[in-house]
Amino acid sequence: MTDRALVPRPRRLSAGLALRRNGAVLALAVLLAFNAAVTPYFLSPGTLNINLTQVAPIGIVAVAMTLVIATGGIDLSVGSLMAIAGALAPIVYAAALARFGSAGLGVALSIALPVLAAIALGWLNGAVITRYRIQPIVATLVLYIAGRGIAQVMTNGNVQSFAQPAFGFLGLGRILGVPFQALLMVAAVAAGAFALKRSLVGRQILAIGGNERAARLSGVPVVRVKRLVYALSGLASGVAGLITVAINSSSDANLVGSGMELDAIAAVAVGGTLLAGGRATVVGTLVGALIIQLVRTTLIANGVPDAAALVVKAALILGAVWIQRQGRS
Amino acid sequence: MNLLNAPTLAQRERGLLLLGRYGVVLGLGALILFGALRYERFLSPFNVLSFLGYNSMFALVSLGMLFVIATGGIDLSVGAVAALGSVVSALASPSGEAWGLAAGVGTGLAVGLVNGFAVVRLGIAPFIATLATMLGARGVALLAAGNGTVSASYDSGFTDLGQGDVAGFPVPALVALACFAIGWVALERTAFGRTVLAVGGNEEATRLMGLPADGTKWAVYAVSGALAGLAGVVLAAQFGAGQPIEGQGWELFAISAVVVGGTPLNGGNGSVVTTLAGVILLGLIFNILNFENGLGTVSLSAYWQSVIRGAFLLLVVVAQAKLVARGSPERA
Repeated sequence: MTDRALVPRPRRLSAGLALRRNGAVLALAVLLAFNAAVTPYFLSPGTLNINLTQVAPIGIVAVAMTLVIATGGIDLSVGSLMAIAGALAPIVYAAALARFGSAGLGVALSIALPVLAAIALGWLNGAVITRYRIQPIVATLVLYIAGRGIAQVMTNGNVQSFAQPAFGFLGLGRILGVPFQALLMVAAVAAGAFALKRSLVGRQILAIGGNERAARLSGVPVVRVKRLVYALSGLASGVAGLITVAINSSSDANLVGSGMELDAIAAVAVGGTLLAGGRATVVGTLVGALIIQLVRTTLIANGVPDAAALVVKAALILGAVWIQRQGRS
Repeated sequence: MNLLNAPTLAQRERGLLLLGRYGVVLGLGALILFGALRYERFLSPFNVLSFLGYNSMFALVSLGMLFVIATGGIDLSVGAVAALGSVVSALASPSGEAWGLAAGVGTGLAVGLVNGFAVVRLGIAPFIATLATMLGARGVALLAAGNGTVSASYDSGFTDLGQGDVAGFPVPALVALACFAIGWVALERTAFGRTVLAVGGNEEATRLMGLPADGTKWAVYAVSGALAGLAGVVLAAQFGAGQPIEGQGWELFAISAVVVGGTPLNGGNGSVVTTLAGVILLGLIFNILNFENGLGTVSLSAYWQSVIRGAFLLLVVVAQAKLVARGSPERA
């Protein structure tokens, strides 16, 4: 098997290849043009901001998922990790406030500790996968099942109201009119794209996904890199969970991050990353996340029920993956 | 490899594989013994029968999942298909028991064929293909049900499929048991079953041997869909309504039941009997939690159920991984 990661592919330009390469970008452009023409107020700052606000948690998680998938893995636990981080934030804040009496310190801790917990759990996923050689889908299934339970046990299944203004900036704040979490998403995409394209660890991630055995034999620290990508996935999930809590001014362990694993994986797949690993595009994932978000808004804005939007999303995923497949066979 | 050494290694591996496979039966036995000794009503007919009736739905989707996993695939759509099956069968239930049953199973079969088409003909990875049909089936279920639940007819005998009993034994449990018996014969005693395992072991080799690899893959997704549809029929009949938002997370329950039952996810292996043991074992965790709360010694909310299930899954996969590593030192 040739190693796609390390052998540069010859650039042949043909219409079909261009379509397959840039199909996702084209689809995004078509969606944007359609909405600009048909959907009322689509180009108003309000509508754009709502779209950005909603897509940010998916985008952030999907960037890390891209790195995980690039190693040939998968992370089903992201939604549950979001719930854990989301459940922890109000608890930590209340405890810190009672103990130190400082709201500033409380907010700092209520952001830092949940994110650290999510990183630790993500690292644990990676540790189980590498230590016992368990398939990623099974290993992360454990925390998918147990993680939401842990969040529910911590909160007794109750909704915690959490309307701390400084914490709320994560989900409600604006910088120069742009939602803060959208900036976070852009930063995550930039960091992810740079890491994958230009850094050593990016090369190593792709090498592992392309051919793990070959990567190991050529001296790639497979175990360390794998643990890193799952820890990064934990980091992204923790941040996304906090954003979700900030948007809602409350934390519901039953709902925070529910179904996120599927949205993130769908964004990665639509964006053109190979699910078997070895080839990945972070920018593509952003495009994928935007497409999924826009399809939903387009349908809802034009009076199509949410349920039908699910069917369209299904067709979109199948179509996108099928088109990309044509390019390989 | 040393030829003289090979048989003993194989034997050793086989022994460990058997332990990994039937360990779940031992665990199940221990858990039942624990429950029987600790709780007065644990083995009472009421508890046993309602347990079997309720868990039959999970048993059905897990059986289908087992066949898919044995070919090296996965079917994430089963929960949504069960929801869709429950809605369609409830809609058809006024026409009679048989129509309701046929509508639910037929719908599941149809989605299963879509899965087969996407995986075999379009060549899309099973994980993604069935993820998409999961969304699609959920959407169709919500559309068909008009975003609410659909009452099933109580006059046509349809609800007997979920609430009736034969000689005191709940109908859904009998249905599930019959499916498992057929599944056991199909996997262990037929050419189809051997081809399923062969495809999971090495698809390319299977194809080169002239076995119908593609047809077999179509078949397992169709079977999984039909069984999920049947689970939907049981759901609608048991609760008297088609429920478009039910079935969330069933696919992951089914995958854990198969894995706890000693079937690895990479295909080529599969055991019907221990999958059933896996289903019962995971269900028993909830049952025992209820009894423990009833004793009043502890007060664990229902949320603990998923924490314990997750911990259990971890325990099992780590134990299996260790057995495999010991069975084949060259792989470690």
